[in-house]
Formats: sequence, structure tokens, C-alpha cells
Amino acid sequence: MDPRFQTLQEVLQQVKGYIYPNEVELHWGLLVVVYPYLTGLVAGAFILASLERVFNVREVQPTYRLSLLTALAFLIVAPLPLLAHLGHPLRSFEIFLTPNLRSAMAMFGFVYAWYLMVVLLLEIWFDYRQDLVLWSRRESGPRKWLHRLLTLGATDLSEASLRFDRNAGKLITLIGIPSAFLLHGYVGFIFGSVKANPWWSSVLIPVVFLFSAIVSGIALVLLLYMFTSLVRRVEIDMTCADKLSSLLLYALIVDFSLEVLDFIHRLYESEESIKILSQMISAKLFLSLVVLQALLGTVVPILLLGLLSPAFRSRGLVEVPDELRRWAYVGAAVLIQIGIFSTRWNVVIGGQLFSKSLRGLTVYKMELTGLEGFFVSAALLILPFVVLYFLIKVLPPWQEGETAAQAGLAEVA
Amino acid sequence: MKDADSDSIEDRRTFLQKALPAPVALLSLLQGQDRKAESKEESEPAYNPAEHYYGMGIDPGLCIGCGRCAEACKAENDVPREPFYFRTWIERYVVQTSGETVVTSPDGGIAGFSPVAEADVLRTFFVPKLCNHCANAPCVQVCPVGATFITPDGVVLVDKDYCIGCRYCIQACPYGARFLHPVTLTAEKCTFCYHRLVKGLVPACVEVCPTQARIFGDLRQRRSPLHRFMRFNKIQVLKPHLNAEPKVFYANLDGEVK
Repeated sequence: MDPRFQTLQEVLQQVKGYIYPNEVELHWGLLVVVYPYLTGLVAGAFILASLERVFNVREVQPTYRLSLLTALAFLIVAPLPLLAHLGHPLRSFEIFLTPNLRSAMAMFGFVYAWYLMVVLLLEIWFDYRQDLVLWSRRESGPRKWLHRLLTLGATDLSEASLRFDRNAGKLITLIGIPSAFLLHGYVGFIFGSVKANPWWSSVLIPVVFLFSAIVSGIALVLLLYMFTSLVRRVEIDMTCADKLSSLLLYALIVDFSLEVLDFIHRLYESEESIKILSQMISAKLFLSLVVLQALLGTVVPILLLGLLSPAFRSRGLVEVPDELRRWAYVGAAVLIQIGIFSTRWNVVIGGQLFSKSLRGLTVYKMELTGLEGFFVSAALLILPFVVLYFLIKVLPPWQEGETAAQAGLAEVA
Repeated sequence: MKDADSDSIEDRRTFLQKALPAPVALLSLLQGQDRKAESKEESEPAYNPAEHYYGMGIDPGLCIGCGRCAEACKAENDVPREPFYFRTWIERYVVQTSGETVVTSPDGGIAGFSPVAEADVLRTFFVPKLCNHCANAPCVQVCPVGATFITPDGVVLVDKDYCIGCRYCIQACPYGARFLHPVTLTAEKCTFCYHRLVKGLVPACVEVCPTQARIFGDLRQRRSPLHRFMRFNKIQVLKPHLNAEPKVFYANLDGEVK
């Protein structure tokens, strides 16, 4: 027997209650879990970058460029899991050419292209242009040519042109914030608008997605900032780390409140689906929802950050040495990543573990190999970091680099 | 096992081939108009979808759960034989005296159902299911490339040369009527046997139903058997709260059916 049918046969054995016969095959697997996780990181990292730019949160300045590059690296990889998941990936361009304008998913092409071309690439280009010119003047060999190519020929470094860069960057960030909201809110809408599925169908889902995106993005940039500082043997700017963790805490509290609201609302309304959904949570999602998402991914980080970060009191509710605080931040950020990944899992997989007949539960059998398997998804989660590595090599985001560039500019002047 | 299966399919197929003309002939005798349409079709093969608007009526009270409809559907439409792919299937509801309802559909009900112990049974009945060909179809709304569409005669179809296999339509269907074809990797579902409709024939499942639990017809024509069905029965559709405007109409449907 075809191994695919064998898996389905095994699933059939484990079905509890009644599911429609076509529901034995679970259609959106691990790859579709990875996709919203990646786009969430894009939106979150970008919103963090915009804090510095638009809202003048000076403390997080050291992470500004790192956030932008992180957003870009993850955005480049984000469509890959979707592509790998399609039955006919070679026809995917039809989404751009002949979109069904009534379909939420058809908007993907436009939202993605807008975000990549109009927002991220432009903002990065305007932010780096001055440095690109200076680097290309200073360097030699392929790097010189690469950087010169990236200037797109705009090598004017007059005060007026630099002012234009700054203003353009600010304007793009202003457009970028609603765009980032759109990017991830839209991903939430894909699920939230499926009225056939009571687990998904909720007006809160896009909002919950958005705040969980902000949480995951800040946590990721915090981790990357700490890690890159360690590798580069540079002192971690504790004001920056403290500010990041305070922001992280605020976002986490909003996110958690929204999710609790969603939960209570469902329980209180107690619609016809409540029975099967409760069964699903206790029988199928206990580990990923109660333990990983709620407890380890949310409550523990809130406690850690609430007690140690300067969110409520300038030295934290419990005063500890910098070193310990750094470790606590790293721990909280790692737990948050696990929690947010579980959130995506619980939405995507959870929404398919119960039958639309509301009479039964099925199982998800994750494969190891194959396109839908564990290894491909793991590779797709690692790939953005590889992309980010190269982006950092080409476009060093470090503060010190910037100061050197400023010095270079002074020399030129 | 496989050979026996395919043998039995062959048998059924030859049986169908021999048996099918009979009811068709009978039907055309009963409905002179249809015969006219058919003979007209031979000389003038053009089928005008704008002249029709199809729907199906189902009377669960008449369904005996024999599974012939699901079997005919698989044979007629080359639906994969594995028990995970169905364009139509039959559910058996056993409402017990305890109030609990047990629903089953082993292999879509193709091979019928095993008997139930009568002692605890309050009531029991069969319900054939299929794509509801919704007028406000969620699957059509969500398809990102427009590969699934509603024909002018009210049938929801999938263009398998256009479908990208994203499966959003499968998620959006409230009735579990869609699946991904394991070979073409595109979305699949009931077409009301569109290839038969354009020849003036009724869907295979309707054709083979021994009790006329399935009634097919044109919603806009008073002489259609569906019109009569809807005139003389209390009609309900599945999951009306979702406002998908299904065009499969159930007579005297039990509240347990979802």
C-alpha cells in the first residue's frame, strides 16, 4: 500500500467519535504552522524598528538596523513553506496574475509584494545609502563593487540628499507600521474568516495574531542582539536590553489579555461547538496549549520580566545583577519563542483536529521526511538565520560601524 | 483482495451499463419533454446552462443506507477507492434512549452498515451527504485563483488544470464535501455529474438510488421533480446559520444532523 494511505489508515484507527470521511486527511500541516510563525517575526521585528524611528524610543537604537535586516531575512523565507505546501507550486504565480479578488488568500501576493518592495527594501536602502557610498569609496575588490551596485548610482552625500534620506525613511516607516499590521493581521484573517471552523472563526484572531507577532519579533531581536554582541565580544547595552524587555512585557500582557478574553468569550457564549472544543483542548492540545503556550510561553515570561525588567520600577521589582538579568531575559525570550510557535500550532493544527460535524476528534501524524515533514520545516526555520548572516555580512548593522561611517563622512567633508 | 474488489467493480459496472438504460427509458416515457430534449440534443448538441438551475432533494426517510449511491459515484467519477475520498457518502444516525447519538459512516457507507442492537435505540435513520452546491459558496469565495466557480446552472465546479492545491477551499467547506485528489493534487468534489447533466441525464447517485431518496432537478422549472419534492415536504438545509445557501434540500431533517 502507498505509505500515504497507510498513514491515513492509521489516522482512521485513532479517530474518536465521528468525523466526515474526507476529514481523515489533515490538510494544513507543519508547513502551514511555520508560515504564520515566520511572518509574525517579520511584522514584530519591523514594528520594533519603527519604535525607534517614529516614536523616538532612543534606547532601542542599537537594534534598529538589526531589526530591519531580521525582518527582511524572515520575509524572504516566509513564502517558502507555503510554496512547498502547494499541490502545484508551479501554478502559484496565478495568485499574482489572475487573483480572485474575493479571496483573502489572493491578497497574499499584493500584501507581500507591497511589504517587501515598498516598505522593507526601500526603508533599508534609504537607511544604508550613506553608508553604502562611504563603504564603496573606502573598500576594494568585490565588496566595493557590491556596495557601489547597491547604491543604485545614488552617490550624492550632500546635506540636502542626506536629509531627504532621513525624511523618506521616516515616511516609509510611517507607511510601514500599518503595512506590518496588515501583513500579519491579514494572516490572522485567513484563519479568522473561515466561518465553517468554530476554532478559527473569530474576529479577535487577526488582533491576537498581531500582538503575538509583536511579542515574538521583539523577543527574537532581543535574542539576536544578545547573541551577536556575545559573538562580536561587545558589551551589551543594558539600557537597550532593559527597554526591549519592558516593551516585550507590555506586548506580552496585551497579547495574553486578548487570548484570555477570546477564551472566556468562547466559554461564556458556550455555542454548539464548545463541547467538542473542550474535549479537544483536554485530549489533544493540553501540552501545546496549556503547558507550552499559556504556562511556559506566557505566564512564566510575564513573571520573569515583570519581576526583573524595569517595566514597573526603574531597577525592577527584584533587583539583581546585570548578568543574572541578562540570563533571565534570554530565558524569557526563548520561552516566548516556544510559546508563540505553540500558538501557531494550536491555531493551525488545533483547527483541524476536530470534525466540522462537531462529533469527533482526529489526530495529526507528523512525518519526518518529505516536503510536509519535520526536517523541511526545521530547515525553513533555520534558513532565515542563514539569510540574516549574509545580510549582516553585506550590510553590517552595528552602531560602531555607523560611527566609523560618520567619521568617514567627516573625512570626506 | 484487490482482484476481488476490481472484479466486483467490473460486475457492478456491467450491471449498471445494462441496468441504466431501463430507468432512463422509463423516465423519458414519463416525461415526454425530456425525451424531446434528448432527441433534440442529438441533432443540436449545444447545452445552454443559462436555461437551468440545479439542486438536489434528499428524503432521509426513504434512504435505506444501501450505499449504492456512493458506489455509483466512485465508479462514475473515478474517485479513488481508498476510504478517505468521497464525493458523496451516507451517515447513519442512531439516537439512543440515553439521549446519546452515535453517527457512523464506515467507508462512506458504500458496503452498507452493520446492524444495531435494537434495545437501546430511540430512533435511527440514514442521511446521504454530498456537496451542497451552495449559492453563496464559501469555497468559491476563498479560492485564491478562482479555480473553483459556480456555473450559470448553479453547479460548483473545480478547474483541475487551474487549481494550485492550496486547500483553502477544503478548510472553508462547512460540510466536509471536498478532498485533495491524491494523484492530481487538486481539490475535488461532487459535480452533480456535470458531464451527465449536459447530456440531459441525472447524476449517477440519483440514477441508482433504489428508493428515490435522492431527487434531482431544476429549481426554476415547475415540472421538475425537485419542484414537486419541495412543494410537498418540509424542507431544511444543513447548517443554515452559516448562510452558505446550500442547494441540497432535505425533507423532514432530524435536528441531530450536522
